[in-house]
Amino acid sequence: MNPRPIGTMTDDLSALGHLDALESESVHIFREVAGEFERPVILFSGGKDSIVMLHLALKAFAPAPVPFALLHVDTGHNFPEVLDYRDRVVAERGLRLHIASVQDYIDRGVLRERPDGTRNPLQTVPLTERIRTERFDAVFGGGRRDEEKARAKERVFSLRDEFSQWDPRRQRPELWQLYNGRHAPGEHVRVFPLSNWTELDVWQYIAREKIDLPAIYYAHERPVFRRAGMWLTAGDWGGPTADEPVETRLIRYRTVGDMSCTGAVDSDATTIEKVIAEIAASRLTERGATRADDKLSEAAMEDRKREGYF
Amino acid sequence: MSSHRTAAEGLFGPSPTTLLRFATAGSVDDGKSTLVGRLLHDSKSVLADQMEAVEHASRARGAAVPDLALLTDGLRAEREQGITIDVAYRYFATPRRRFILADTPGHVQYTRNMVTGASTAELTVILVDARNGVVEQTRRHAAIAALLRVPHVVLAVNKMDLVGYAESVFALIAEEFTAYATALGVPEVTAIPISALAGDNVVEPSARMDWYGGPTVLEHLESVEVGDGAAEGATRFPVQMVIRHQGERYYAGQLLSGRLRVGEAVTVQPSGRVTTVAALDVLGQAADAVAAGASLSVRLADEIDVGRGDMLTAGPRPPRIAKTVEATVCHVADTPLTVGQRVLLKHTTRTVKAIVEDIPSRLTLDDLSQHPEPGSLVANDIGRVRVRTAEPLALDSYADSRRTGAFLLIDPVDGTTLAAGMAGDAFRAAGAVVAAVAVEADGWDF
Repeated sequence: MNPRPIGTMTDDLSALGHLDALESESVHIFREVAGEFERPVILFSGGKDSIVMLHLALKAFAPAPVPFALLHVDTGHNFPEVLDYRDRVVAERGLRLHIASVQDYIDRGVLRERPDGTRNPLQTVPLTERIRTERFDAVFGGGRRDEEKARAKERVFSLRDEFSQWDPRRQRPELWQLYNGRHAPGEHVRVFPLSNWTELDVWQYIAREKIDLPAIYYAHERPVFRRAGMWLTAGDWGGPTADEPVETRLIRYRTVGDMSCTGAVDSDATTIEKVIAEIAASRLTERGATRADDKLSEAAMEDRKREGYF
Repeated sequence: MSSHRTAAEGLFGPSPTTLLRFATAGSVDDGKSTLVGRLLHDSKSVLADQMEAVEHASRARGAAVPDLALLTDGLRAEREQGITIDVAYRYFATPRRRFILADTPGHVQYTRNMVTGASTAELTVILVDARNGVVEQTRRHAAIAALLRVPHVVLAVNKMDLVGYAESVFALIAEEFTAYATALGVPEVTAIPISALAGDNVVEPSARMDWYGGPTVLEHLESVEVGDGAAEGATRFPVQMVIRHQGERYYAGQLLSGRLRVGEAVTVQPSGRVTTVAALDVLGQAADAVAAGASLSVRLADEIDVGRGDMLTAGPRPPRIAKTVEATVCHVADTPLTVGQRVLLKHTTRTVKAIVEDIPSRLTLDDLSQHPEPGSLVANDIGRVRVRTAEPLALDSYADSRRTGAFLLIDPVDGTTLAAGMAGDAFRAAGAVVAAVAVEADGWDF
């Protein structure tokens, strides 16, 4: 490839395109953490945001490998396609993977299955215990401020106490791009490199960078059933019940989390171009369309975040 | 890389679109939430489930019409108390531009939140109620925009419907504000008469103010020049880390201002060693020249000692290498900042031990009155400080470069961010400020 000037594609020499500006900001955040912390780790769920986060990390430290491990909180209700993707990426990139298993906590009697079968809220304990035992001091999450109104108040560097708790009223003001990562022993900092990205930015970037995703993000036929206004995948996690008929529909997943609380949307978007067009035209937010866990109450996300959730 | 990039972004019309970070300061009384709500709503950025949640919550609180403030007040305490406590970031897009809005509360006890929002903003929208004109709060917001060197200021004269859409009312307010802001050194003021409630001149041009020929708020946001002029500034590249691979050393960082070119001489600050740029790599793409804003890695021609905290500079305006910093600070912590206090100073990628040698004055932003030798600064105070550092810094004046003139003071014990600092003089034209606000000329040291 021939060298060429960067930042001079348009007449206005100072203006990067919006994806270049977001990418540059995220890479800057990754490098700040690498420069200031001892034991960072990247939370990796196999969802599109964590996949984009890993892609940015690979670019930030190239040609050297990513200097951090990955941590996956496995609910035991993950989509098999997503676990396959995770294992493939880890092998291809020579990464180190930690797995904190919710099933393991249930088997040991430390956590109890909820009556509704949802395991998303159960992730907090395995996550925070693994952070503590591994002494991770910086934990990258793929959270975006446009996702949810409590997340709109989140810092890029978000200090957590030794119980991983978030106190929104005691957040450090974050000025310019001067991130303050100072913390006491036992405390850690959650870092959100995608803070300023929107769902559409993420998809445009996936298209531009030709990033491979688990197939469930694209339209496919799948046996699903209706619960709480969402299409859920049938599986041995607890669905469907006798009065929830299963039908095969053309669907795709707009977010990927626990099978028990992540709904599919009716979609014929089989390609990335169609997915982007679908999102640009959508009248629902991604969480509004697909996540049962955020429908619990007006402050459901804030409450989970306070307890140490992603 | 470039061929498929165009295809992907081309799905949304002209590409590439740019990103504008802007801030709004004001209170519910000025109609700020209504303005923000209308910008989001009329640009079709509020989605059905968000609107449904707002309507539901509004009904539960006994309100007859949806309260658009609930869109931005994200914390439980904010909704329960009906106030905005913190900076809320909102995201929206038009076919021409992506926007990041830092929505900040306007009252004096939230000065630190306004300063936070303004620190990354390239434009600030200041709201005035057309019935009240320029008031104390307006002057404070103008002073914050001037202090933080926000390049573009929009004065939105709101509630024009309540003054009969009268041009004379707008003209008087616009003239008074522009004179005040210009004296403080605000480089550009755009005054727009609006009614956020009725929608006049927010997104659509008003049919009731044909005497106004300028842009609507959104049109202005879409067309204002972005980039802060950073590419035209002096070359500043703080090294974030050294990437070592197969015997090569790659200095990784973000180019904060100016340009870097292969073959160009650069100085390593603060040591002063001079070397040459051997290669530039922008996230996997080799380049022979790079402009401000990009994250990249640099290879140097000579094997010299360079690490995190060092800065590569080039061009005719070198930074000042100093162990004493005179600056304006906004105190952001709940515990005070006192003379003699030991702190950490974080400037670009360099964090050094420091001591607060003097706090010569405190400033009231409402009327720019100054209070000599306050001894300490408390939360939301703006003051002048002199700080001595243990190691030299490569400092620019904040007036010349926002990214390399800014710093944080940090509590070395618990890590709390104490103050946000801006090196050099506070306002661009101190003499003009004196004249504009009629303080004693001999007592003015800002």
